[in-house]
Amino acid sequence: MLLKISKGVLKVQKGSVYSVRRTGSSQPKSYNFNKIWTKSLFFAILIVIVLGIISLFTGVYDIFGQEDGIRMFFITRIPRTVALMLTGAAMSMSGLVMQLITQNRLVEPTTTGTIEWAGLGLIFVYILFPAPTLVQRMTGAIVFSFIGTMIFFLFLRRIRLRSSLIVPIAGMMVGAVISAVSTFIGLLFKMSQNVEAWFVGSFAPVQIGRYEYLWLIVVITFVIFIFADRFTLAGLGEDVSTSLGLNYNQTVILGTALIATAVGIVSAVIGNLPFLGMIVPNIVSMFRGDDLRSNLPWVCVAGMGVLTLCDIISRAIIMPFEVPVSMILGTLGSIVFIVVLLRQRRLR
Amino acid sequence: MNALVFEKKKASITSKLHTGNRSCSAFLTRKDERIYWIVLATLIVLGLLSAYGLLVYNNPVPRSSPSFVPVVRRRINAVITMLLVATCQSLATVTFQSITNNRIITPSLLGFEALYSAIQTATMFFFGLNAFLKFTGIGAFVVQVAAMVLISLILYGLLLSSKYGDLQLMLLIGVIIGTGLRSLSSFMRRLLAPSEFDILQARLFGSVNNADPSYFPFVIPVVIITAIALFMYSRKLNILSLGRDVATSLGVRYTSGIIFGLILVSILMSMSTAMVGSLTFYGFLVASLTYQLVPTYDHRFIFPMATALGFLVLTASYFFMYHIFNAQGVVSIIIEMFGGLIFLIVLLKKGAL
Repeated sequence: MLLKISKGVLKVQKGSVYSVRRTGSSQPKSYNFNKIWTKSLFFAILIVIVLGIISLFTGVYDIFGQEDGIRMFFITRIPRTVALMLTGAAMSMSGLVMQLITQNRLVEPTTTGTIEWAGLGLIFVYILFPAPTLVQRMTGAIVFSFIGTMIFFLFLRRIRLRSSLIVPIAGMMVGAVISAVSTFIGLLFKMSQNVEAWFVGSFAPVQIGRYEYLWLIVVITFVIFIFADRFTLAGLGEDVSTSLGLNYNQTVILGTALIATAVGIVSAVIGNLPFLGMIVPNIVSMFRGDDLRSNLPWVCVAGMGVLTLCDIISRAIIMPFEVPVSMILGTLGSIVFIVVLLRQRRLR
Repeated sequence: MNALVFEKKKASITSKLHTGNRSCSAFLTRKDERIYWIVLATLIVLGLLSAYGLLVYNNPVPRSSPSFVPVVRRRINAVITMLLVATCQSLATVTFQSITNNRIITPSLLGFEALYSAIQTATMFFFGLNAFLKFTGIGAFVVQVAAMVLISLILYGLLLSSKYGDLQLMLLIGVIIGTGLRSLSSFMRRLLAPSEFDILQARLFGSVNNADPSYFPFVIPVVIITAIALFMYSRKLNILSLGRDVATSLGVRYTSGIIFGLILVSILMSMSTAMVGSLTFYGFLVASLTYQLVPTYDHRFIFPMATALGFLVLTASYFFMYHIFNAQGVVSIIIEMFGGLIFLIVLLKKGAL
């Protein structure tokens, strides 16, 4: 027994992920910055790089045989893969921050109505400007998703919860209301087709000149990294975090603004990507506990990997055509979601 | 002997419940009861009036013409569908909200519509166009409803009967399964040939006006039986709506009670979905308005009011939108949006989830 424990502690010092689980605690014993760059993280990054290379060479157009193959490679393949990486990181990180702020594991942009608000914002932009530029669409989506998410968070703080499971249910119902409003407005202005098309997230139209705004996500990632500890504290609740010297409201507003920006950009450029923000952080924290700063790289990498994998599947499954990646994500994601839920129940 | 009689008399006097400030009847006062019946009668009359209006108003042929009757007969199908849908949705939503002890959720969350379209799409996808075209009529309808009820039975049974049975967990899993099925069936639809897709789309697009009257011989008896079963079940429902602990201490088997209720809900919801497609907030709208109108928690009185109100909402909105505002095709969307807005108001006014 003694041997077992000392073995576990030894391994913790080495910084391996799995040893943390073996000692039975959910957090690394002694925290230091070096813990972030463990061997297993490098291994995960390697996997994601391999997936990225596969993604670069998946497609119908023969980039080696054709004369302009190399040009096509730069026009579509590289932008697509970069977009996948950035979007995967953005959606899973915003899911993570959202879960910390609401103290609820099952919250993410699809289960709080954030995505539907972004869609409503897009519709308003289409009504105000007949042929909106990407910046206008993005601004609309960001502003509306910020307002919507803020309303939902304020509402959550005001009410007394009987069960944490009811939060995603209420959020999805709010989302349904917002999308009913969107459908109505779309019908009123005879553009329900735009609404329909928008709700399907796909990376097919990504090419040079259409995806560059996704690079803003890098900035958001940096900001989240800088404020990671504050979000972790905010995850302890208003009372605890205030007594620890944190400006709780400021942190919540900052977090919501970051989420809204990320979701707004993604929904204007790509579309709706369900469940990504829920699955990835949950799987990561199943293995690693809840320290945001050391989990963030993992969440980023895992998000990139999952989304790239889903996109490769969506391109390969009915070659030479492709299906929107959101369908693959929705199908697989719902299965993972249920597994997470049932696992949580067993643990209780 | 004399003493015993005396004792009995005394007991009967002291146990008299109908005193001025204390009563075991469903209504607090006589006045409440009178108001209830007046409101119910008004709603029924208004509903029948709108139904009558839908049948004969703006009829393109004069009453004396021989083609007057066929036109009315065509329209009567729509009205019957409205009555059935109103009954299904209102009863199902009220029951569901009482069972889950939560007035902000609706049974349409459980993804019946997703299951319906998944069954249809899978038929087309795996068995081809010919099988799909044969998959109509009462037989296919019964199969679909049976499949939906069976799946919800498995879901409820598995999730509620275990030791840690949790209603909220079941709800959430229902929602997620709905989302997953929706993704899966839109994925399968992508792989269909355009001609197959067109036929499928026409089938999936449900509305009050293109409900198939050939289903009526099956739907009407089932809805009536289920409604009667719910009505007989309503005293138990009164207790179940007090929550698990209270219901158990009052001697009601909680788990089997709610599973029975949920089965009835799933039958009603499958009927409504298979006839007219998904209505997310209509049931919610009706139930919330009903609670405002009915001054009691007794389901024996809530159910009739909910049905009457549901019928009135459907018929009146169709009548006004068709014949007054001339806005056809948006009726269900408008009902849904109003229901959704009421939902938001109720949610914001409530202090707890």
